[in-house]
Amino acid sequence: MNWVALKMLTGDRTKYLGIVFGVSFAALLMAQQSAIFCGLMRNTTSQVRDIQGADVWVMDRNVQFVDDTKPLSENALYRVRGVDGVKWAVRLYKGLARARLGDGNFQQVILIGVDDATLVGAPAVEQGKLLSGSLEDLRRPDAVIMDEFGWRYLFGAEPFAPGRTLEMNDKRAVIVGLAKCNPTFQTFPILYCTYSQAVKYVPQERKTLTFVLAKAADGVSPEELCGRIEAQTRTLRALTNDQFFWSTIGYYLKRTGIPINFGITVMLGFIVGCAIAGQTFYLFTVENLKQFGSLKAMGVSNWRIVRMVMLQALVVGVIGFGLGLGGAALFGYVFERLVTNAPPAFHFPWQVVVLTASAVFVIITVSAAVSLKRVLFLEPAVVFR
Amino acid sequence: MTATAAPPAISLRGITKEFGAGDTKTLALADVSLELPYGELVLLVGPSGCGKTTLISVVAGLLDATRGEVDVLGQNLTRMRGGRKVRFRGDNIGFVFQQYNLLPALTAAENAAVPLLINGWPRARAVAKASELLTAVGLGAKLKSYPNQLSGGQQQRVAIARALVHEPRLLVCDEPTAALDAASGRTVMDLIRKVAVQPDRAVIVVTHDSRVYDFGDRIVSMADGRVESVSQGGRLTANS
Repeated sequence: MNWVALKMLTGDRTKYLGIVFGVSFAALLMAQQSAIFCGLMRNTTSQVRDIQGADVWVMDRNVQFVDDTKPLSENALYRVRGVDGVKWAVRLYKGLARARLGDGNFQQVILIGVDDATLVGAPAVEQGKLLSGSLEDLRRPDAVIMDEFGWRYLFGAEPFAPGRTLEMNDKRAVIVGLAKCNPTFQTFPILYCTYSQAVKYVPQERKTLTFVLAKAADGVSPEELCGRIEAQTRTLRALTNDQFFWSTIGYYLKRTGIPINFGITVMLGFIVGCAIAGQTFYLFTVENLKQFGSLKAMGVSNWRIVRMVMLQALVVGVIGFGLGLGGAALFGYVFERLVTNAPPAFHFPWQVVVLTASAVFVIITVSAAVSLKRVLFLEPAVVFR
Repeated sequence: MTATAAPPAISLRGITKEFGAGDTKTLALADVSLELPYGELVLLVGPSGCGKTTLISVVAGLLDATRGEVDVLGQNLTRMRGGRKVRFRGDNIGFVFQQYNLLPALTAAENAAVPLLINGWPRARAVAKASELLTAVGLGAKLKSYPNQLSGGQQQRVAIARALVHEPRLLVCDEPTAALDAASGRTVMDLIRKVAVQPDRAVIVVTHDSRVYDFGDRIVSMADGRVESVSQGGRLTANS
């Protein structure tokens, strides 16, 4: 009888496609909006993920997220180095600077100043993050490495060539390399340079140190080291890469309206999906009541009818889910291909797939349940009326 | 009935069926008692609203009587409940409906195979057997046609094949000729007579189409929820 159920479902193409469309649309909306939300949240942590090599980030104890820069005094570096279990610790500058372009326009940039001696914090060459140039070039006077999205944003389709110059705080900056960085939330171009160079590119301040990056000694876990640093320095906050990642996301989740806005859209997708799929499926079932009545008269039990309707709903759900998810993935792919100068905020983790699948399951279950009520309470004698 | 007589296919004893309650209570069947034998085509006739449809619904186990006892094919339906009754219908009763009630998404052969599928037959075997029966009723060339590609008479023949494909011992037909022209109606009744009436099978046809009264072996006439008369076929005519 499963076969009969499927033939009944697909027999009326218009209604069948209508139900599939309803579920697909809901799945597409929920998956796409969730993926954009995840992409945006992920983008807020791009520097935490880009700046590698250290185990622990040390910062002012009031810092809540990676873009929340509260300068430290220089002696913070030495206090961290003095903590037992620290293998090494280096400076990191991170802040916004105003760059003057060749055409006289100004552009905000994210400036990252890495340790002069070790270059810890610079794009990871071993991971292929340096697309052009050499890290050693950063030691040349006025040298900066720009991220590829920033290059496209500022210079369009012009192929990368070292030697382009910018001006920051009346100081010359020469672009010597191109780095592959994770898209940022602020979408400003990213410039890497040495720490000593970075402090010249921003207006003079008494304190310039933003973060201290520390490596745990052998046998000391990053979490343990964080505890030791906080206990010994008292005024500093220390977080592992993972902790800083979630601390940053937590800040945006709690302190911005982003989750609510996206949550509303996802909820709307769910409601619209329920309404379209539910109504169409209900109408489909109601129009087939006579057929279901005949089947009941001929000896089909209510339990079997339940299985038939659930199978129909499941098939519609699986197809709609697949199309919706595929549509969302296609959207992300096309978005990424078309918008090359501004990195798309689109991230598709497995949780989005599970969330969408769960929501679709609820939609089809509700749709089937509403329809089933009519079928189950149908007197088989209706076939004689 | 003597002690040696064969047991009836259908035995109704004091069947009363009421719908609604209080002021809206309607009496559809009033103390109906009736015995119908195997091997006959019984016509259930009477004006609209006289209780014909309610009576066959009770006989087919689709409705429970308010009072009285129903024995069908040796089984007491009054005491039969839920799943057992559903299985009893699936195994023993074939239905022919006024509006055919074919599934529009299935071909003629697939439609006729539905009772076998309900009883768990593999699809290929079920469709093969249904095709044989359809060929026997003259629809060999229409096996793969969908209901909307068939005339009313052809659809009713598919419905008859569907009703008989699982070899039920009781065939219940509700106004099988009502939606057909005179010629098609006679063809359908002729088919029911030839194919359905068997010594071990009871056939009940509800009709108020006087053109087909000649086909009945026995005619049960109803009025106001009661059996008015039971007569031999052909005694009632279109002028009655």
